[in-house]
Amino acid sequence: MKDDMTLGERLRQRGVSRRGFLKFCATTASMMALPPSMISAIADSLQKAKRPSVIWLSFQECTGCTESLTRSHAPTVESLIFDHISLDYHHTLQAASGDAAEHARDEAMKQNWGKYLLVVDGSIPVAENGAYSTIAGITNLAMLQEVAEGAAAIVAVGTCAAYGGLPHANPNPTGAKSVADLITDKPIINVPGCPPIPTVISGVLAHYLTFDTLPELDDLGRPKAFYGQNIHDRCYRRPFYERGEFAETFDDEGARKGWCLYKLGCKGPTTYNACATAKWNEGTSWPVEAGHGCIGCSEPNFWDAGGFYQALSVPTGDASNTILGAAAAGVAVGAAAAVLNKRNKAKAAAAHEKVTVNDLNKD
Amino acid sequence: MSAPSVEKGIQFIREQIDAPVASFFSSCVHCGLCAEACLFYGQTGEAKYTPINKVEPMRRIWEQEYTLWGKIKSSLGLSRKVTEKDFEEWETLVYDACSLCGRCSLICPVGNDISDMIRKIREGFAAAGYAPEGLIGASKRAVEIGSPMGVKLPAVKAQIAHLKKDTGLDAPLDLKGADYMVLLSSMEIMNFPEYLEAVARIMRQAGKTWTISSKAFEATNAGIQIGVSDIAAELVQRVVDAAEELGVNTVISPECGHAFTAIRWEGPNLIGRPFKFKVQHILEVLDDFRAEGLLKTEGLEEAKLTFHDPCQLVRKGGVVQQPRNLLNMVASNFVEMRDHGAMNWCCSAGGGVSANERADEVKFKAFNQKKSQLDELGVDTLVTACANCRIMLEEGIEEHEMDLPVVGLTEMIADHLVEERVEDKAEDKNE
Amino acid sequence: MTSEALLTWARGPGFDLALAIFVLGMLLRLFEILSLGNKPDLAEGRGSGVVGGLKTIITRNWPRGTVFAREPVRIINGYVFHLGFFIVLFFYGPHIELFQTKLGLSWPGLPTGVIDAVAVITVASLVLALVMRLTSPVLKQISSVGDYVAWAATLLPVLTGYLAYNHMLVPYTQMLALHLLSVELLLIVAPFTKLTHMFSFVLSRWYQGYQAGHRGIES
Repeated sequence: MKDDMTLGERLRQRGVSRRGFLKFCATTASMMALPPSMISAIADSLQKAKRPSVIWLSFQECTGCTESLTRSHAPTVESLIFDHISLDYHHTLQAASGDAAEHARDEAMKQNWGKYLLVVDGSIPVAENGAYSTIAGITNLAMLQEVAEGAAAIVAVGTCAAYGGLPHANPNPTGAKSVADLITDKPIINVPGCPPIPTVISGVLAHYLTFDTLPELDDLGRPKAFYGQNIHDRCYRRPFYERGEFAETFDDEGARKGWCLYKLGCKGPTTYNACATAKWNEGTSWPVEAGHGCIGCSEPNFWDAGGFYQALSVPTGDASNTILGAAAAGVAVGAAAAVLNKRNKAKAAAAHEKVTVNDLNKD
Repeated sequence: MSAPSVEKGIQFIREQIDAPVASFFSSCVHCGLCAEACLFYGQTGEAKYTPINKVEPMRRIWEQEYTLWGKIKSSLGLSRKVTEKDFEEWETLVYDACSLCGRCSLICPVGNDISDMIRKIREGFAAAGYAPEGLIGASKRAVEIGSPMGVKLPAVKAQIAHLKKDTGLDAPLDLKGADYMVLLSSMEIMNFPEYLEAVARIMRQAGKTWTISSKAFEATNAGIQIGVSDIAAELVQRVVDAAEELGVNTVISPECGHAFTAIRWEGPNLIGRPFKFKVQHILEVLDDFRAEGLLKTEGLEEAKLTFHDPCQLVRKGGVVQQPRNLLNMVASNFVEMRDHGAMNWCCSAGGGVSANERADEVKFKAFNQKKSQLDELGVDTLVTACANCRIMLEEGIEEHEMDLPVVGLTEMIADHLVEERVEDKAEDKNE
Repeated sequence: MTSEALLTWARGPGFDLALAIFVLGMLLRLFEILSLGNKPDLAEGRGSGVVGGLKTIITRNWPRGTVFAREPVRIINGYVFHLGFFIVLFFYGPHIELFQTKLGLSWPGLPTGVIDAVAVITVASLVLALVMRLTSPVLKQISSVGDYVAWAATLLPVLTGYLAYNHMLVPYTQMLALHLLSVELLLIVAPFTKLTHMFSFVLSRWYQGYQAGHRGIES
């Protein structure tokens, strides 16, 4: 369904004052590390923004991303923006179902060909020709390829869509792949996280709606504004790391004092996300603050990164077995070398020709 | 019996490499501190005299033949085999610029016994025909004549006769069951006859029986210096056979450095079995006498004097305190060199260097180390307990026109012996 | 390969491989040394070889005054980079966690700021060691390729660790991966260079000390 109301008109209709709207734009600008001078540009564009068509494809996913984005107890400007976009296809949110839903998708694609925004959550299985996940008899793989063709840009929401996520974890029985693995001719923004932070999504959309371009991305395709810093650098518990004060178990003195969770497996240092600053549940808390180490959920292959409770500095293999095995091999090779050495030395000793005083002159 | 050859030399080195040597090469971190302990490097500034560098050919043989990694490198053509050229180049490093003084071994932070490795590598060099002329000659004379300086029994007998004439004392030959069998170095027989007299007088005062073997009076061991265990063993065997035949209690090694090493430490290992007698250095014997109250002296040397510690006796022999105990009996102004005792500096002529004319130049350069020690102290007399050191010290002192007499410790002790006992005086009168 | 994939590999199979080569290699060297045998000393001893051996393992940790006077900088520098390396390796929290998880042992660590400073000092000390090796005639005479390989293998973990901790040069994940890879490089080359001294020094000091103890001479 679409109408021609601009976002500005819609917000005013909903009772959002100009001031409230500008505050949102200022927050958005600062979250994306844009200078204050951009606030009015954001405000202008957003105000005039028409309703872009958004097709949301959910593939091999748990719906957690949608839950995160849409769960709000009070209406927020983010959710209103969300309302503003013409969400023409979304399994969880759309009213239609079955053929009607697929027909709606086809219509939206035809009418907005080349201009609609494709949002994907969930990984795409390719094993067995994609049979592991189908919608209306169409494999995820085929649907992605079809819809991506007419998309202006693709937003891969959640770690599954961005990097393969949980299904992609060892041994990856469904052959799960990310959007970027399969679509190479369209601009893709990865918004990873398991799930991603709501404000991150709205920030990305706001950017797109405002500037009609993708925000600056890092080499993993993530907006630098939200994924440019690692958790460790913004973590409020960093001073404890510096002082070498670590919690050793989840309920020891250190844990109770809120010490660094490095030893309990926190992947903060290698994780790039906005959790430490933007936090979750509208700024209530985030994993570390709640006493659990970061699991690195916005990073590729975080499920196979050696375990959530093993510190980054600890090798993930079985060191004792390795040592035992290598020791056994070492003893075997050593024994062989020893035999050779003894033999060579014995040979030299056996070949010893006694030196007399007549054997000293080389002439 | 076979002709010397490079292949034979390499074979000998292979044979010499044992677990200690392998651990030394495995541990060497190339810190270069051994050079700082070496007087030959110190006084010439020649980096090639760095002690661990002197055994580089042995290290290459060890790596290439006794380590898997070395064998792999060899098969990939990444290592240089030891060749005749290495023997040519290293001969002077192994013989001329090393007196086997052992200071490098004491310094090494990882505990490498570098001087022992140099002793071992000499086995290969000698077998390859790359030993110095002087040492080859000394060895020949030692084996064929009985002394490296060609001293024969008649010369010994002549000294014994002199002794009788000058002091009325006997030096019994081949006395069975004597407490002590005395060995003499050719140097002492030829140049320092006062040693024999000193021993005789001290033995008389202490009331001990002693003897000299007519078959094995020579203490020095050219085999040790040239680094040929086969020859060294033959020379030691002579002493062992004589001592065991006579059934003596203790064999005394005289004031000589390497002779002590030869008979006390290498001896049993060369012949492959423990001795049936004890071995002591003359200073150990004298100190025992002192401790037992058998050594009565009087008077004190007034001159400011110091002690040069012979390397083989003190650092490598462990006879550190004894010379000091003895000197304190007869000296009123005994001062120590700054580096004294086990850390003293070599006279620069040990380990065969003095028998090697080719080494003269580097030897005298190295002597500057001893000179600087003496200059710092400013003494009137230099005491030592090794005839070879004594010769070198005298030569060096003369070279630098220093006015400094060198005295043997045993001789000095004897000079201060209390007057002979009444019975002996009467005996003398009766002659 | 992405940084995180490289990091995961370095933490996983990479480390196992390096550890295996290290253990195998060092055991091999031990056998190679011991298999060459040591003849018993038949000369009458004055003292205990065992006491001498054990004593010497400890006492060679300190330089003798006379040599120290000649090369104080070289000697002190040696202590600095050894101590610095050990402090950084054993007293940094995340490293202690490694030992705790793998060996069940743990001990108190030092504040990370201190470790950071020590790392800088260690790197500087290693650089000084290299300069001395390149300029001293004695060291040039006795140095070989192996010395420089060992030097690089020792420097890189400290340097990359410092860079990683301080988020310098490249993104942290990549730097951490490089740090782990440099540690793995050290483990792999150790048995084939003079770094074997980390274990064999016990043997070499023991052998000379034993003989000295038996003979009753200085060691």
